[in-house]
Amino acid sequence: MVRSVMEASHAASEAVKLIKPDVVAAYPITPQTHIVERISEMVADGDLKTEYIRVESEFGAISALVGAAAAGSRTYSSTASQGLALMNEMLFVASGMRLPCVMNVANRALSAPISIWNDHQDSMSARDIGWLQFHCETAQECLDLTLLAYKVAEDHKVLTPALVCLDGFTLSHVFEPVDVPDQKTVDAYLPPYKPLHAYVDPARPVTQGPIAFPTHYMELRNEQNEAMMNSFPVITQAFKDFADKFGRAYDFLELYRMDDAEFAFLGIGSECGTLKVIVDKLREKGEKVGLIKMIVYRPFPKEQLLEATKDLKGLAVLDKAISVGFEGVLFTEVRSAHYDSDHKPDLRNFIVGLGGRDIRYEHVESIYEMLKSGKGKKIEWMY
Amino acid sequence: MIFGMPEEEYFAPGHRACAGCGAATAMRLITKAAGPNTVLVESTGCMEVVSTPYPQTAWRLPWIHGAFENSAAIASGVEAALKAQGRKKDINVVAFAGDGSTFDIGIGPISGMFERNHDVLYVCYDNEAYMNTGIQRSSATPFGASTSTHPAGKESKGKTEWKKDLTHIIAAHGTPYVATASISHPRDLFKKVQKGIEIKGATFVHILAPCPTGWRSDGAKTVEIAKLAVNSGVFPLFEIEDGKHVIQRPKKVTADIREYLKLQGRFKHLDEKDITFIEEQVKKRYDRLVKLAESGL
Repeated sequence: MVRSVMEASHAASEAVKLIKPDVVAAYPITPQTHIVERISEMVADGDLKTEYIRVESEFGAISALVGAAAAGSRTYSSTASQGLALMNEMLFVASGMRLPCVMNVANRALSAPISIWNDHQDSMSARDIGWLQFHCETAQECLDLTLLAYKVAEDHKVLTPALVCLDGFTLSHVFEPVDVPDQKTVDAYLPPYKPLHAYVDPARPVTQGPIAFPTHYMELRNEQNEAMMNSFPVITQAFKDFADKFGRAYDFLELYRMDDAEFAFLGIGSECGTLKVIVDKLREKGEKVGLIKMIVYRPFPKEQLLEATKDLKGLAVLDKAISVGFEGVLFTEVRSAHYDSDHKPDLRNFIVGLGGRDIRYEHVESIYEMLKSGKGKKIEWMY
Repeated sequence: MIFGMPEEEYFAPGHRACAGCGAATAMRLITKAAGPNTVLVESTGCMEVVSTPYPQTAWRLPWIHGAFENSAAIASGVEAALKAQGRKKDINVVAFAGDGSTFDIGIGPISGMFERNHDVLYVCYDNEAYMNTGIQRSSATPFGASTSTHPAGKESKGKTEWKKDLTHIIAAHGTPYVATASISHPRDLFKKVQKGIEIKGATFVHILAPCPTGWRSDGAKTVEIAKLAVNSGVFPLFEIEDGKHVIQRPKKVTADIREYLKLQGRFKHLDEKDITFIEEQVKKRYDRLVKLAESGL
């Protein structure tokens, strides 16, 4: 293991080097560029042996990934925003064909108006497509969760593609110390990918991607959903193995100062750094407040969430994505999860950080005031 | 072997193509030429739909379908994976797609694949419209053809534009081998597919595949119509190898364009003026091709 200071983007690139994908296909888009530029340098210097396809578009990138994965190879790509949107059609194809492709998403707002800055509207719009979805707060998590995503995606009980998301600029371009594990330990954690159903072998020809009539389509979608639900124990085991091998413990949710909390924030990604600072400040003042950081977003960790909120009086859900015409995307899901629970804390929705708007301490303090006092609207836009 | 072609069938009988389908004949010939050590990558389209009604398949070769507009990009990924696995030398990668996929919606990924020069043979089976969705106009549809999105009517003569010259667009990428072929000339088609596979890098074979359903023609006359297209100069058979044009057929125009048009309901509304215009345009384009070939270009 080597500890060095690096950009979070480069931590993702380091993960790719350790994973040794057969095929990388990527197209540059801000703020994902630093990830693929570093991978390109690794290939140019002979540090990473991979077939790197400099595709003509993000649509080409995901299509090439589907081809390579259908031929039985481990694959990698990364993108953001408009790029993920351009991939949309093939994201469905990758998950429907049960190809364990893994991609980083450097989260960025969607046009129009065009914005290169961070929010979560890109990956949230991919939530129903059948991709596992992990979210990083730190550069270390960019490396760790990218490794872990392969472990889960390639498991034969899962065989489902994965997105590993890092906030554009607010994480992707931030320098932090990162422990880079040695190759031997990574190889022990993540053995070479063994395809089960997707391969090219003229002696055993397989037809991949057929047409299904109404007599079969639902069964296949149901199997896909089951595979995603099967990932819960696989992810749990992958976290456990990760802690054993690398000494860093993760879970579906990170619970920060939640032990006796009466109120809490629920956040995703880099904003959790800010939220932790505010939690500490409020705790110093004697406030019983904590943070729930959602690391795994798909499959949706409903049970873990209800366990975390079972003693709360109020929960502020911070959304960096709006379902236009309704409410924050995460908020809808959190509220839905609590419908079946005997304990329903006061659930409040705060729309924050769209198009890279800073989430300031004052915002978070004000959110806490509203949450604790019960004042303000059910859905508040904080800017 | 029959006419130098293996008897093995890799596109199995029992598929659901229409009677007299030119594309199905093309599939049979392409797979025979490619042989058993081949992976096929196909775009959404007639041939994909008729051959893979889950849980059945007509393919006796590894076969991959992703979406409508990207068999070139998927094939790029397959080729890269086989290279990474050290198996590319043993397995041919053949992409194939219809004209809608190739001429229109997929041209971006196709341009990408040819520019990067992946070791893939890309075959377009051209039936000159979106036949799978019900005979809608594509940029491969010929001038004057009536389609469901550009029908002939009181104020319309069908398609108002000439067919896109995709073969030369592909050749302009510096592609090592580009050829046209027709199901009416199976041995020529067979040889061109084999050549496309043998030559390293991205290669292209453009096959005219009449569609009785969309062309409003007699299914028993598919081969005859394809032959008339070739011999009248409407769809000449040629190769561009290392940038040089060589014409296989027709050496001299021997068939009448009117005969070709007459056998197809899609052209039945055309008047004398339209047909004369088509004759002039076909001649102009054929003459240009002859000039290119004669001057060694």
